[in-house]
Amino acid sequence: MDVIFGNLDLWGEAVSNTLLIFFGGGVLALVLGLIVGAARVAPVPIARGVGTLYVNLIRNTPLTLVFFFFIFGYPQLGLPKLSTTVLGILAIGIYTATYVAEVIRAGINTVPVGQAEAARAIGLPFGQVMSLVILPQAFRSVVPPMMSVFIALLKNTTVAAGFSVVELGAIRSYLSERGENALVVLLWVAVIFVALVMLLSWLQRYLENKWRIAR
Amino acid sequence: MTSVLYDVPGPKAILRNRLIGVGTVLVVLALLAFIGYRFYESGQFDASRWYVFTFSAVWTQIFGALGRTLAAFGLAAILALALGFILAIGRLSDRAWIRVPVTVITEFFRAVPVLVFMMLLYYGLPVIGVKMEPYWAVVLALMVYNGSVLAEVLRAGVESLPRGQGEAGYAIGLRKSGVMRLILMPQAIRAMLPVIVAQLVVTLKDTALGFIITYPELLYFAKQLTSQQGRPVLQSAFVIGGIYIIMCLILSGIAKWLEIRTRRSPRLQGGTPVGGGDDPRLHGGGTDTELIAMQGGAGKFNLGSSSGGV
Repeated sequence: MDVIFGNLDLWGEAVSNTLLIFFGGGVLALVLGLIVGAARVAPVPIARGVGTLYVNLIRNTPLTLVFFFFIFGYPQLGLPKLSTTVLGILAIGIYTATYVAEVIRAGINTVPVGQAEAARAIGLPFGQVMSLVILPQAFRSVVPPMMSVFIALLKNTTVAAGFSVVELGAIRSYLSERGENALVVLLWVAVIFVALVMLLSWLQRYLENKWRIAR
Repeated sequence: MTSVLYDVPGPKAILRNRLIGVGTVLVVLALLAFIGYRFYESGQFDASRWYVFTFSAVWTQIFGALGRTLAAFGLAAILALALGFILAIGRLSDRAWIRVPVTVITEFFRAVPVLVFMMLLYYGLPVIGVKMEPYWAVVLALMVYNGSVLAEVLRAGVESLPRGQGEAGYAIGLRKSGVMRLILMPQAIRAMLPVIVAQLVVTLKDTALGFIITYPELLYFAKQLTSQQGRPVLQSAFVIGGIYIIMCLILSGIAKWLEIRTRRSPRLQGGTPVGGGDDPRLHGGGTDTELIAMQGGAGKFNLGSSSGGV
């Protein structure tokens, strides 16, 4: 326990940075993922093409490489300086957005064809078909896989450790300098992650039951 | 599982869609142009930046690094599959003293980030006197994590099979092992093959985490290249990234091909998994476009049929 209570300052910074990257990346991924997901089901072929290209390209790139691009590549371009934390949020958000987009698209595809057909039959245009009929139904079936994406996002925040962001994955090297036992530190990190993941899985089950579809 | 969200576009809709299309192209072009301009402005296109890639020695080293990436991936994939089977069978056991510990272990391994596990093996174990090469830390961490994910996939595959399959097996006198080996597992594997291959793509991508614990794989080599003459940071990221994308696309292509084959073959339809929504990787390509193209062909508004299927 001394490992934790003797170094509360570092643990506090690490946990808050991890949560910052998690929530920042999550919001960015949601917004970007919604746009890309919408583009992938849009009636405009070019928009579909762009969405598909984005998803296929980023999904087949390791997250570590996306981080590499942002943390090492971005400063090369002579653009305004950003901290590594912000760049990390951008990297993880852009990476996770592809998974969000796929979940949204899959959710839209789980709505039975008849629903869209009925909506069209009563004369609704695309916008209203989506907002009044498809999305409210898709939303419910999207919640559990979306939470899985966020659990993966939480675990992926550790990748930032390799790029000099002070967060839970990186705390070992800082605490080793203070002479702490690396094994104990890493076991505590693992325990924190297990706890956070359990919290998210509980939330996933709760929301799933709350919004269960009665079909 | 296809939704048809919109009608065959009429004249107005065609015009609107074209406008949106043009808008999309403009936005994307503007974005690319901005990035291209910044690249040009900061001299990323200069020959000196790409200079290192003209040496065959550099390419030899890149292929060496690629070999180490593939070595870690290959062994990790095989071990993960093996562990996945063991854990899946353990979780499906009738005996609580096997099932409960295996469940706890699987859940634990799934919850710990791969990188933390790698660090645990590489930085943590030397404290208690176990020295480990980075290669083994990468392989073992990937094995444990992907093994437990694959175990869940296989278990979901077995549990999605109709109950009658197992009961029929017992009825003709097979024991539990026979039912598993001859009836349930083959169907579960067939049903879950696309997901299994998709998880292997994840394994391949995660080998790049070895970079952080100094395993000299592709990305590690890319980092080394950045300090070479001309400081080709973005350039080496592009070259190495291209290699990763090609490797992953090949594997993803196999997954897609397997999925299409599974969907087409009536013999393999037995174990279509139910409630597969748990995993975002489960969903294959949508078929919206096919239906729209079909409608475009059969619709009345053939004057604009080209815009339907472009």
